[in-house]
Amino acid sequence: MRLFAAEMGEHRQELVRLDTAIGDADHGTNMDRGMRKALEKLDGAEQADAGAVLKTVAMALISSVGGAAGPLYGTLFLQMGGSLAGQAEVDLAGWAAAWRKGLEGVQARGKAQLEDKTMVDALTPAVEALEQASDLDEGLRAAAKAAHDGMQATIPLVARKGRASYLGERSKDHQDPGATSTYYLFQSAVDALAD
Amino acid sequence: MKKLINAPDAVVHDALRGVEAAHGDRVRVSYEPYLIVRNDAPVQGKVGLISGGGSGHEPMHGGFVGMGMLDAACPGEVFTSPTPDQMAEATKAVNGGAGVLHIVKNYTGDVMNFDMAADLGKAEGIEVESVVTNDDVAVEDSLYTAGRRGVGVTVLLEKICGGAAEDGRSLQEVAELARRVNANGRSMGMALTPCITPGSGEPSFELADDEVEIGIGIHGEPGRFREKAGTAAQVSERLMTPIVEDLPFSSGDRVLAFINGMGGTPLIELYIVYAEVAKLAADAGLTIERNLIGNYITSLEMQGCSITLLKLDDEMVRYWDAPVNTPGLRWGV
Repeated sequence: MRLFAAEMGEHRQELVRLDTAIGDADHGTNMDRGMRKALEKLDGAEQADAGAVLKTVAMALISSVGGAAGPLYGTLFLQMGGSLAGQAEVDLAGWAAAWRKGLEGVQARGKAQLEDKTMVDALTPAVEALEQASDLDEGLRAAAKAAHDGMQATIPLVARKGRASYLGERSKDHQDPGATSTYYLFQSAVDALAD
Repeated sequence: MKKLINAPDAVVHDALRGVEAAHGDRVRVSYEPYLIVRNDAPVQGKVGLISGGGSGHEPMHGGFVGMGMLDAACPGEVFTSPTPDQMAEATKAVNGGAGVLHIVKNYTGDVMNFDMAADLGKAEGIEVESVVTNDDVAVEDSLYTAGRRGVGVTVLLEKICGGAAEDGRSLQEVAELARRVNANGRSMGMALTPCITPGSGEPSFELADDEVEIGIGIHGEPGRFREKAGTAAQVSERLMTPIVEDLPFSSGDRVLAFINGMGGTPLIELYIVYAEVAKLAADAGLTIERNLIGNYITSLEMQGCSITLLKLDDEMVRYWDAPVNTPGLRWGV
């Protein structure tokens, strides 16, 4: 989470730039603000387990981000937190199940399908890669790579959800900002495990 | 970029300080979370009306809080939907026992956050109804997009439904009226220049000196097409034709015509547009019974305008004319 927050701070302008092209120029600013708030909450109280950490982050995002990213990332972490409640040490199967729950939550909230040019395009292949892996380290690396590929695959797509959908054909040739921040989330998980 | 701000991250907070200092006689301001609430809320026995959305569209929505219109507004960051906890706080603050109506503009973030807020409100035992406005005819293909955006009709709906709530109508009646206003209103906007959010410091899109964007959204989302800038008469016709054809408005209809400035266009130009709209309406056999001209749903410093036509019935006219006392709209008091 700390690494993800750092990534959001570092890539704030890049996400704003991507969002300026096809959205409303606030994704980087909002995610940076939300993750700062999440870190404040994590620093403010002892967290019992992985589930509690995720729920704390979720509630911080829901109450501070707004836009579409707040409910979507908030729902992702809330569902993951529910799946991991009470687990201090989480293994590969536990993480895979949690990410699957998170993905389902995001799709229920945002109603997006694959190839709508959203974060779902990075999240879905990443979750599948994690489910097919045989150990956590390899699985997270494969997931980050799959998220990266999914993020790049959003470039030629026509957006069908979110603010970019108003552009129609003109949303082509732009990388989706939500898929980009999702890739950074998986990359942060890889880096966290390597530390 | 030059702006009259203290710091990009403090824009909403500092503007709320101004609202509190200027309009403390009618509204109270909360900073944790951000809320603008009618001074006398909750009004016992009256349906509570709340709305909210990203900031940068002033006077919408905070400027419409007061007697005869909204009970509370939830301002988000600039162009960013507010959060469910804000909306839930607002819902509690305005619930006078007759239920609360959420007025939501159709944007992905606003709809999702208000959905979560309605769940929170209901969990507290408060009766909540939601109405989503989606009057922007510039979005042609609603099946493959997030759907038509909520724009000018939102202001008219907040006034008319505010009048109905003040008149003691029930939550179901006010919600039904809100849906009828939305169903009978159509809008379309255009831009001469982009806007610049304080967070990015960059123009929201590029537009050549001699070009206009027809069908612009209130966050600088692109519209239907770009073309060489024409006269006010040509632009008015560009916007009016799809509006009239879409409902469709037909000869004999009574309408409210709303000419809205995007924030950077002088009133003198809005009146030129109104003259053209009045002529086009007359040509189509429409009777403009009421009008509203000015900057009410803006897009920061964008230059441009939007046109909204609302097909009126007697009930809508009655509640449009009812007294209102808000910082942004005030008559009959």
